[in-house]
This record gives sequence, structure tokens and C-alpha cells, in this order.
Amino acid sequence: MTDRSFDATVGTSATPDERTGRGAGLLRPWLGRLPRNAGFWSAMPLSLLLLFGFFGPLVLVVLYSFMPRGSFSPIGWPTLENYRDIVEQNFYISFGWSLLMAIVAAVLLLLVAYPLAVAMVRLAGKKADIYTILIVAPLFVAENIRLQGWSLFFDKSGFLDGAMESLFGVGTGSLVGNIPIVIFGLVYVYLPFMLFPLILGLTNVPGDAREAASDLGATRFQVFRDIELPLAAPGVLIGTLLCFVLSLGAVSEAKFLGKGAVIPIVQDIDSAFTFGQNWPRGSALSVLLILIAAAAVVVVMRRVDIDRMFTRR
Amino acid sequence: MSDIHPITRRLLWIFFAAACLLMYLPMLVTALASLSRSRFFIFPVSKYSWKWYEDTLSSLQIEQAAIISLIVAVMVAVISVALAFVGALAYARYDWKGRKSFQYLVMLPIFFPQAVLGLAVQLWLNTLGVPMSWHSTVFGQLVWIAPIATLVIAIQVFAYDPAFEDAARDLGATRWQAMRDITLPLLWPGIFSGFLFSLLLSWSNFPFAYYTSGADVTIPEWLHAKMIGGYTPMVPAVGTLSILVGAVMLCGGFAIAYAAKTIAARRRLATAAR
Repeated sequence: MTDRSFDATVGTSATPDERTGRGAGLLRPWLGRLPRNAGFWSAMPLSLLLLFGFFGPLVLVVLYSFMPRGSFSPIGWPTLENYRDIVEQNFYISFGWSLLMAIVAAVLLLLVAYPLAVAMVRLAGKKADIYTILIVAPLFVAENIRLQGWSLFFDKSGFLDGAMESLFGVGTGSLVGNIPIVIFGLVYVYLPFMLFPLILGLTNVPGDAREAASDLGATRFQVFRDIELPLAAPGVLIGTLLCFVLSLGAVSEAKFLGKGAVIPIVQDIDSAFTFGQNWPRGSALSVLLILIAAAAVVVVMRRVDIDRMFTRR
Repeated sequence: MSDIHPITRRLLWIFFAAACLLMYLPMLVTALASLSRSRFFIFPVSKYSWKWYEDTLSSLQIEQAAIISLIVAVMVAVISVALAFVGALAYARYDWKGRKSFQYLVMLPIFFPQAVLGLAVQLWLNTLGVPMSWHSTVFGQLVWIAPIATLVIAIQVFAYDPAFEDAARDLGATRWQAMRDITLPLLWPGIFSGFLFSLLLSWSNFPFAYYTSGADVTIPEWLHAKMIGGYTPMVPAVGTLSILVGAVMLCGGFAIAYAAKTIAARRRLATAAR
């Protein structure tokens, strides 16, 4: 088995070797000003993409959110009127529903995915990879196809209704067009996003620790509470956070299963940009959504060490 | 022993099997709906037919959308895997000052509502005066997919022992030789998974295509337009075909990975015999 501390020393011993590398002699004083290490340069292409494709757009959205109503340029005299409009109009309704549905979905996902992750980590053994692929593969099918499939399943004279009608003579009628079915859609769509981090987290629980605890007289529940959960905590935190944030920004579930029973915040954002042609309002709504998501991310990520999460012991 | 109780074990298996079934149920219903003759889906299906597939396959519009989707997916996969490979080395292999920040940076786009990010990218390209077409969709999807590919490859890199590379360097290999003969072959499974992930995620991606493709239409966009504008059984037909194409990509990927593994094992055996 690999010993991390050993790797670390070998890794660092290579660095002075690189410094005395051939060809660098002449340029050394000049190169000295640049961060010379391989990590920095390898991170460069992706960082540039994100700078140009992620941070650029975000800064622009923030700029637009301070522009006067309906303006189509990010340069102008800043104003707070979009935020004032949002507070004065009833946007808190869609914010509230999106938040509530995201919280409920994240909690349900944790409850559903935890036993699944336990099954995959502790029971599947060598076949774990195949099972993981089995659960993850639906991610590779467009979300709207899968949600439309559920709609055909739950709708009036759809699969469920028709099957019940012909089997028992009593149909279920239409089960779409309400808020619980939207939450069901969220749980369905984001299950793989919860499962992956949980599996990573649970692989970090050594069987020895569990065994030692129960040898020392811990009950099953105590082993779960005092050994398994704390060690798997990074996975639990990341999974819950990921599902909360993604559900907060979800829109297709409400469209295809909710059929208008609830308007999520992203639909308001989309309408502001498209039908409303009011980019500053759409931007201001986006900024508020991003702030909520960012608050959750900051609170959770401060407790997580990514290196430890990926390194199997 | 703290092993799982047999009854719990059985319950877990049942739960797991049920979850797997539920994951695929909507796709099965979609396939069923695509084979129903009638204009609206009514279960039990009274008459089956291939009509909607014939219509789909003879539609130029859908053919065009499929071609665009494929081109975008291949472009995204190639570029994203290139960025993600070096990115994953910075993420998991090298010890450097900005690494922790870089790790969080890479996570950010994944933790971001895709629709909002798609809109933001649209606004950004619009302001910069970039015309919208499938080219801009490639760019938009990369912002979301390249970080995911980086994580996928990073999992492999975390398990990789850099001592091999250092040993090769000590024995006189150049940096390039060490990369080509040691690092790349050892990380190859991760790189391949990253490629496959990117290809499939792009193929099935809707939000970025919706906001950044301008007049070009991808398959998920075509489906969305029809779902909103009025159901026709061509929706499940195109949906089923798109699922099948994804399945072929996935299975093809596994076949290639398996073949490569077998060939490598055989070569190793041959070398050992010599």
C-alpha cells in the first residue's frame, strides 16, 4: 500500500532537482520572479478557462444588476432600483419555494442515498465499480428526457394510472402538477450527485476502526454515530451541499412535473432575461441566488479537506 | 464482529435493486411511449408501430441537430480532457502554493446552477460581441464539463505514486520520456474515463446549449422545444434514440478500455516469458 508521507518526501525532493535543471542557469535571475513550479503551470490552462468563462460572466452579472431597468449595457450610472423592485414585488415567493424544496430534497436525498452508499461500499466488494456505473449512467441522459418519462409515468392515463385502472379498476388519476412530485423529481435527478460523495466518504472509514469500537463494547448505533459518521462526514457534507445548491438552481423538474404548480426562482430569472427583456432584473435575481448558494458553500467547504476526501486509506 | 446483519444485508440489496430500477424506469416508459401508434400516450398501449421512428429518421431537422450535438460533444470531450489532464496534475499530484485555492476554484462551476451559469455566459459573450453558434456552446459547456473531467482524472492521480516518475528521472529519462512512458500509461484509465464523461455529459447537456447556441439546435434543445410547444410521439422516439446513442458511447468506451487492458496484459506476459 502507498504511504502518503513517504510520497510527500519523494515529491518534495524532486523540487530542488528541478531548480538546478539545465538551461535555466542563464535565465535564472529572471525566472526567479515567476512561480517556477510545475503545479502552477499545470493549473494555468484550466484557471484561464475559468477566469474567462466563469468569473468574467459572474462579474458581468454583478455589474448588470446595478444598471437601470431594461438597460442593455453594463456601463452606466449604478443604481439599486433592481434590488428595490425585487424586494417590493413578490419574488420572495419563488425564492421561498426554491429554498424550501431544495432543503427538503437535500434531506430526503441524504436519507435515500446513505443506505445505498453503504450497500455499495460494504457489500458490493469487487463489483462496486459496475454498480456505481449503473447508478451514474442515467446522468448521461438529458434531464428533460428522464423527467418527461416520469411525466408519462405519472400523468392521467399514463403508465401508472393505466396499469392501476386495468388491474384494479381504479386509476390514480393525474399525479403530476403538485409540489411533492417536483421534490420527487429533484430527488430522482440529483441522486447520483449525493451518492458519489457519500461513497467517497464511506470508503474513508476503515473497517478496523469499526471493528475495534465494537470489540470495545460499542453498540451498532454507537459505532455508526461515533465512528462511521464522523469519518464519512466530508462526503456527507459535500453531497448534501451539492444537492442543495443544484436543487436551488433547478428548473426542469417544476416545468415537466410541476406543470406550473410552483415557479422556482430560476424560472423567474429566465423570464426576466427572455420575455421581460430586463437583463438588470434577471442579473439582480441571479446575484441574490448566487449569494444564498455561496453562503452555503462557504459554511460547508471550510470544514472539508479535499485531499483527505480523495485519498483512500 | 461489526459486520452487517444478514437481514439488514438482504434489505440493503432489495433497496439497492429498487433504486436501480427506479433510475431506469422513466427511460423504459419513454421507449414504450415511442412505440405507441396513437398521437397521445395512453397506457395500456392499444397499437404498436415504428411510425414515429420512421418520421424521426426521415427528418432533416433532427439529422442536423444530431450532427451538431455530436460535433459539440467530440470537441468538448477532446478539449476538456486536455485541460483536465494537466489540471488534475496540479490538483492532485504537484505540491504547490496555490493548490488548495485551485482545488476550490475547480469545484466552483460544479456547485453552480447550470441555467444561471448558462445565462451568465450568454450575457458575457453577447457583451463581448461574440456571435452565438455551436462554437459558443462548446465554450459554455467546457466551463462546466472541464472541471468535472478534472475531478474524474484527479481520482486516478490521487492513487498514482509519483515515485515511479522520479525513479525514471533518476535513471536518466528526460521529463518528456517520463511523462510518455510512465505517467501517461499509469493515468490512462483516468484520462479515458474523463474523456468518456465529458463526451456523454456534453451529448446530454441542455442548459448551456439552450442559452449559448444561437440559431443552432442540439438534440436536447430540439426535445425541449417540442415538449414545451406540444407533445408528439416523436419526442419519446428522439429521446429513446438519444439514450441509445449514449449507451453505445458508454459501452463502446468500456469495450475499448477492456481491449486495451487485455492487450497490455498480454504484452506484459510476453515480455515476462522472454
